Amino acid sequence: MLELYNLHARVVPEDGPQREILKGLSLSVPAGEVHAIMGPNGSGKSTLSYVLTGRDGYQVTEGSVLYEGEDLLALAPEVRAAKGLFLSFQYPLEIAGVPVMTFVRAAMNAQRKQRGEPEVSAPDFLKLSRIAAQQLRIDPDMLKRPLNVGFSGGEKKRLEIYQMLMLQPRFMILDETDSGLDIDALKVVADGVNALRGEGRSMLVITHYQRLLDYIKPDRVHILSAGRIVKSGGPELAHELEKSGYDTVMGAP
Amino acid sequence: MSEGKNILVKDGIDRGTVDAARALESDKYSEGFVTDIEMELAPKGLSEETVRYISAKKEEPEWMLQWRLEAFQRWKEMIEPTWAMINYPKIDYQDAHYYAEPKGAAKYKTIDDVPKEILETYAKLGIPLKEQEVLLGVEGAMETAAAARETPRVAVDAVFDSVSVATTFRAELAKSGVIFMSISEAVREYPDLLRQYLGSVVPVTDNFFATLNSAVFSDGTFVYIPKGVRCPMELSTYFRMNAKGTGQFERTLIIADEGAYVSYLEGCTAPMRDENQLHAAVVELVALDDAEIKYSTVQNWWPGDAEGKGGIYNFVTKRGDCRGARSRISWTQVETGSAITWKYPSCILRGDDSSGEFYSIAVTNGRQQADTGTKMIHLGKNTRSRIISKGISAGKSNNTYRGLVSVHGKAAKARNFTQCDSLLIGGDCGAHTMPYVENRRADAQLEHEATTTKLSDDQLFYARQRGLGEEEAVALLVNGFVRDVLQKLPMEFAVEAQKLLEVSLEGSVG
Repeated sequence: MLELYNLHARVVPEDGPQREILKGLSLSVPAGEVHAIMGPNGSGKSTLSYVLTGRDGYQVTEGSVLYEGEDLLALAPEVRAAKGLFLSFQYPLEIAGVPVMTFVRAAMNAQRKQRGEPEVSAPDFLKLSRIAAQQLRIDPDMLKRPLNVGFSGGEKKRLEIYQMLMLQPRFMILDETDSGLDIDALKVVADGVNALRGEGRSMLVITHYQRLLDYIKPDRVHILSAGRIVKSGGPELAHELEKSGYDTVMGAP
Repeated sequence: MSEGKNILVKDGIDRGTVDAARALESDKYSEGFVTDIEMELAPKGLSEETVRYISAKKEEPEWMLQWRLEAFQRWKEMIEPTWAMINYPKIDYQDAHYYAEPKGAAKYKTIDDVPKEILETYAKLGIPLKEQEVLLGVEGAMETAAAARETPRVAVDAVFDSVSVATTFRAELAKSGVIFMSISEAVREYPDLLRQYLGSVVPVTDNFFATLNSAVFSDGTFVYIPKGVRCPMELSTYFRMNAKGTGQFERTLIIADEGAYVSYLEGCTAPMRDENQLHAAVVELVALDDAEIKYSTVQNWWPGDAEGKGGIYNFVTKRGDCRGARSRISWTQVETGSAITWKYPSCILRGDDSSGEFYSIAVTNGRQQADTGTKMIHLGKNTRSRIISKGISAGKSNNTYRGLVSVHGKAAKARNFTQCDSLLIGGDCGAHTMPYVENRRADAQLEHEATTTKLSDDQLFYARQRGLGEEEAVALLVNGFVRDVLQKLPMEFAVEAQKLLEVSLEGSVG
């Protein structure tokens, strides 16, 4: 479903030197699979998520990304979103004055418009929203408040997954979704994520810790270091990492 | 007290916005056309002769001429104020025409006499003067038109350069005793009301621009709502500056007698020209006991091009006097146009238990400069005021909120709530907040909240990642920012204002 081949990318700051972050990253995520990306700080995990979703400030210098056979890098961020790409942000943004439901409805309709589908009706939307909120144990009143404004870190993460359930994406990138969540919240969020598994949907779960992977079980685990995948394996690789640390695992032949 | 000038942006992500903070492009200003019609202009320059010329054109009584001449004498001794946060080249007051009217304007007795070029101008601006009357009926047709009750009706006074060319629904309004006409006519027809109220809120000597207006004001609207009458429809004036090298100096006076209610709307546009044109208006509102006046403005004067060439200099004095007990005056403004805006719609809370409100959205883009806000002068007991100001700066513009809350010695238990929010789009614009408070009462309750936020590339990316296009994303975020003020506008204007915001901010991001 997603094929990265020899991807090189650098961050292009407004001032200061450009730095190459991704240095020949290759990765293949088939439809219906969940892949985990683990790696130490500064290995390029967040850069990968931003390059895939098309954020400004990053430049791809070499390599390619194919999404369902299409050149993903040629598309604007909103076009990628309409094609089913979703990023659960590590640090969700605050949107003052725009209630959660207003925002999500605008996003849903913008995606539908791009795909040539009719707008969602108000009753249908409310129904979907009720189901998603119940699943994630979100207080419905919270959805009437401006998006992420004054919410705790855990609430913000929950709202990211709420948006994901509402928008029903086909390829999801979860960037450090476990950070800021206590164990109970982690379970609720993981249940929400797992509800979207299957039916040809794929996920890339970016995390520091193995903890999240106890609840969202990956098909494959990749270790990212210095901008490249240095090791891949099954779920057992995550446990190994947790036990021995990055240095040992990456140092092993 | 200034923010936003050189905001450092983390990760260098903001460059796209900075680079792309393209200023307004002329093709986005759809009201910028010129109407080709033969005009009669006063000779260029400002002198006693100019004042006499205008007064004679209006066939004014002697007292009005004397009033103007006194203002002119006074103005000659006054100095142009420089305290506002705006920069512009010195205005040559001798290099403009102070009066411009379409040839033969004095002869328009009914709407049928108005030349079709002018009617077309207003139709093009979305204000079909003639159709409105014909469709909804003026003479008699209204009684049977049940459908008309469902359509919100708005009576319009159309001011074209220096003259009022048509005033709709006058007969209909007269049935309720409402007087709605151009101020030139009112000077002739209701001299007693005019002499009693004109200049009673904004004195002739008030300030440089108001005094100039008092000397040379050309036309504007006069409204009188009698005791206990709730005005049956929205009233509005649509100001259009058309002629080259002219200024517009309109004067509006609205009186709501005891227990009366009126909602009034004002709209303004002008053609795109390379020169700067001066607009110095005065608006006076008087609310007697238990009366309520709602005054809304959608100001979309030509703001000048991306490099700051041309555009209207908008120096306006607007003030409401809550003269009676329990009276209410509410100002709502959406300011998107003009190269320079200098404007502080204010309330004098004279009557006990009176209240004043000010809701403002001021947008600047390109090289626009706005210095706008309000004054709430608490004189009476238990007076209340509320200020909500939303400033949006984009491009290389500067946007200043300047406000005064003054609680005088007799204003027992006065209350004010002020909220000033600024939104910055891109890194080359400025937002400034200058709230002044004077308080002589220990029992006054004054609250002030202020925020400055930056519409960041991070927020835009977040919205785009969810599927919103760039312009849609900006519109959604800006609408969120101004939501509580938009809700205060009459519905049909809220829709227009929302569209105007989108157009004004087009091209403000990459």
